[in-house]
Amino acid sequence: MRLSRALPSRPRVGAAVSGLVALGALTACGGSESAEEGDSAGSGDPLVVYVGRDEELVGPLLEQFGEETGIEVDARYAGTTDHLALLLEEGEQTPADVFLSQDAGALGALSAAGMARDLPAEITDAVLPDFTSTDGSWVGVTGRARVIAYNPEAVEEAEVPTTVAEVTDEQWRGRVGVAPTNASFQAFVTGFRAAEGDDAAGAWLEALAANDPQTFEGNSDVLEALENGVVDLGLINHYYAYQLAGEVGEENVATELVFPEAGDPGALVNVTGAAVLSEHPDAEELVSYLVSEEGQQYFVDSTYEYPLVEGIEAPAGLPALTDLQGPIEDLAELADLETSIALIDEAGLS
Amino acid sequence: MAAALCALSPLVYLLVRSAQLGADGAVDTLLRERLWSWTLASAVLVLAVTTTCLVAGTVIAWLLTATRLPGRRWWLVVSALPLAVPSYVAAFSWLSTVPTLQGFWPTWAVLSAACLPYVVLPTAAALRGADLALVEVARAAGCGPLAAWRRGLVPQVLPAAAAGALLAGLYALADFGTPALMRHEVLPFAIQRQYGSFLGRERAALLALVLVAMAVLMVLLERRARGNAQRWSTGAGAPRPLRAVRLGWWAVPATVLVALPVVVGAVWPVIGLFRRLALGTRRTLDWSELTDALVATATVSLAGGAVALVLAGFVGTLAARHRGRLVAGLESASFAGHALPGIVVGLSLVYLSLRVVPGLYQSVTVLAFAYVVLFLPKAVGAVRTSVAAVPPVLAQVAGTLGRNRHRAGLVTARLALPGVTAGFLLVVVTAMKELPATLLLRPSGLDTLATEMWSRTSSAAQGAAAPYALALVLVASVPAFLLTRTSAWDRS
Repeated sequence: MRLSRALPSRPRVGAAVSGLVALGALTACGGSESAEEGDSAGSGDPLVVYVGRDEELVGPLLEQFGEETGIEVDARYAGTTDHLALLLEEGEQTPADVFLSQDAGALGALSAAGMARDLPAEITDAVLPDFTSTDGSWVGVTGRARVIAYNPEAVEEAEVPTTVAEVTDEQWRGRVGVAPTNASFQAFVTGFRAAEGDDAAGAWLEALAANDPQTFEGNSDVLEALENGVVDLGLINHYYAYQLAGEVGEENVATELVFPEAGDPGALVNVTGAAVLSEHPDAEELVSYLVSEEGQQYFVDSTYEYPLVEGIEAPAGLPALTDLQGPIEDLAELADLETSIALIDEAGLS
Repeated sequence: MAAALCALSPLVYLLVRSAQLGADGAVDTLLRERLWSWTLASAVLVLAVTTTCLVAGTVIAWLLTATRLPGRRWWLVVSALPLAVPSYVAAFSWLSTVPTLQGFWPTWAVLSAACLPYVVLPTAAALRGADLALVEVARAAGCGPLAAWRRGLVPQVLPAAAAGALLAGLYALADFGTPALMRHEVLPFAIQRQYGSFLGRERAALLALVLVAMAVLMVLLERRARGNAQRWSTGAGAPRPLRAVRLGWWAVPATVLVALPVVVGAVWPVIGLFRRLALGTRRTLDWSELTDALVATATVSLAGGAVALVLAGFVGTLAARHRGRLVAGLESASFAGHALPGIVVGLSLVYLSLRVVPGLYQSVTVLAFAYVVLFLPKAVGAVRTSVAAVPPVLAQVAGTLGRNRHRAGLVTARLALPGVTAGFLLVVVTAMKELPATLLLRPSGLDTLATEMWSRTSSAAQGAAAPYALALVLVASVPAFLLTRTSAWDRS
């Protein structure tokens, strides 16, 4: 009976087989395409850039760079941590020429692995010395300040803590939003440890955890929770609120920001930055473009981050970068994430 | 053999990386209390999702095939829809409307809804092909009514339901996106987190091996449920289909049960996407970019499906026709990749392709290969079930009639074709939605709908991601819809 039912399906076999052949051709195509790419290895190679930042933000700038210089840029986007894992896995064989990182820690780790090449002084000297590598293995591109964000419908400005220590106060029980697994929070904890020691940082994390905070995946989730009134305080980076205002209009954003006191662990200013990973002749040109007047102005206008080159105005409404004093001198100290992640883990926040 | 090597390739990488931790590092990692709470959370989630899918899926399949539920043909098509919605999109959509949905229950609900079709579709097909005569034989042989059902009908349906439940469970085990969005801390979540640090890869590899161990346990359980019986029949007699049961007022709760997963897994998420779209965005939609992503998505997923199909053909046929440790090991091995989060499989293929075929690094070939590693079990299960239902005597008869071995084998292949097609479609529909491995391994300039969507959700441009998410749901609906039509899933 099965037989009689199946026999009329003979033509479908033909169809399926020809479909398979077509698919085989497709895969073969894919293969040869990439082989061509491999063959073209030589002088006219496109500049391969691993970007650990949003395509929406960085894409237009890289396009602009390509148009102005005629350099062909091949940008690959993924999260900064994914890229770090990928780069460490690829090692010497990485096709990447430049890495644009979302934070200083990943650049420090890359540099510690010996993958970042020394940059010429004219690039590293272009930016404020507090906001770049101390050994010239990578360069800071933009600054991102940690802030205590609050919803003014729930909290008076005068009541808002100005140090992270106050955030663990009983009155904020269950009202604080954090993104403890996010790279920006991990960097903040690393800065905390570097400035005040592992024990102090661990004790603060325990106190925060004991205060029943609400945890989120990313800064924008914390911001959304602030906007929705799910939390009243949030520890985030400054520009998220600005970007949201740019997206939906300033009048539609309730959240306000407080910049913690100078020297407070919560006042960390982390940087995004770039490292050169190969001898590609155009790699340094891209990095130098990022710290040029044009590149810096682009970031100010579209990402609301701090420029790191003197003479470029910060986004309107922000306190001056030089007035913000973070807890640490050398941002490379942010590379030591291991213990931070372990501490966050142990506190039960992850 | 090739298939096993292929599926085992991530294991090689995981062992190499874990070994770098050294004995002390490994013990240190394994003894961390958090590891066990993550593992327990994973085990509970997997158990809950699998049980829900097995029980609800079987009941829904029965409602859609053996009752007079109004509109049941239509409901069968609709019940495949959650397959077309990536579970992270469903989670994201739910959260954008109800931000407080966090923890175990919402994660369980979204994953169960997303995975139910894996049970409903094959079980419905098995029920359609079921032969009631066997129940009557059991009755005639002196069984009570319940025992007769258990002995006559359950064995005809259980393998399909169990195979589907295994796929659902493995999905829940490996999924990172949904628990991450809903803040439910399970093992894949912990693995992903390790990558942020310098030594993290080694620790992540060790945690991934814990996932693999859990997956092996599940595969063994499923094999036990499947049992050792032969499941083919010949004969000219038509099978006695199940009598359609009248539901009366029961039709109301029945319809609710059938509709609920569709609403949770597809309807509400899609409404959420339209809502996001309506909120607007300052970015204008670039149609050519959308079309390119659509073509790229179709191309790479079809390529992955085709390669998976070829390999699954071998493994599935072996598993259906032969028993023994080697074949069992081979089949279990093919499930290893399916238990791993995409990023782990992605990194393992980075490791291997740079060592073995550096020229193909970041090409469509390696990407398609990653899809095979990730999704091979979907095809293997379907091929195995359908080949097992083809009487081996047919190929033997073809042989005695003068066909050579290969052409005789084609007789089996042709009869098993519908099931094989189902396996192919399952791989395609899942590969379309894959994100983490695609991000790492795709050729530069190749953007799939999933990667385009990802690049827009991470910034404050979620409105701009909605068209890509909708396009993805739309294109993934095609294989999902075809899955409801492919008549055999049929065991016969």
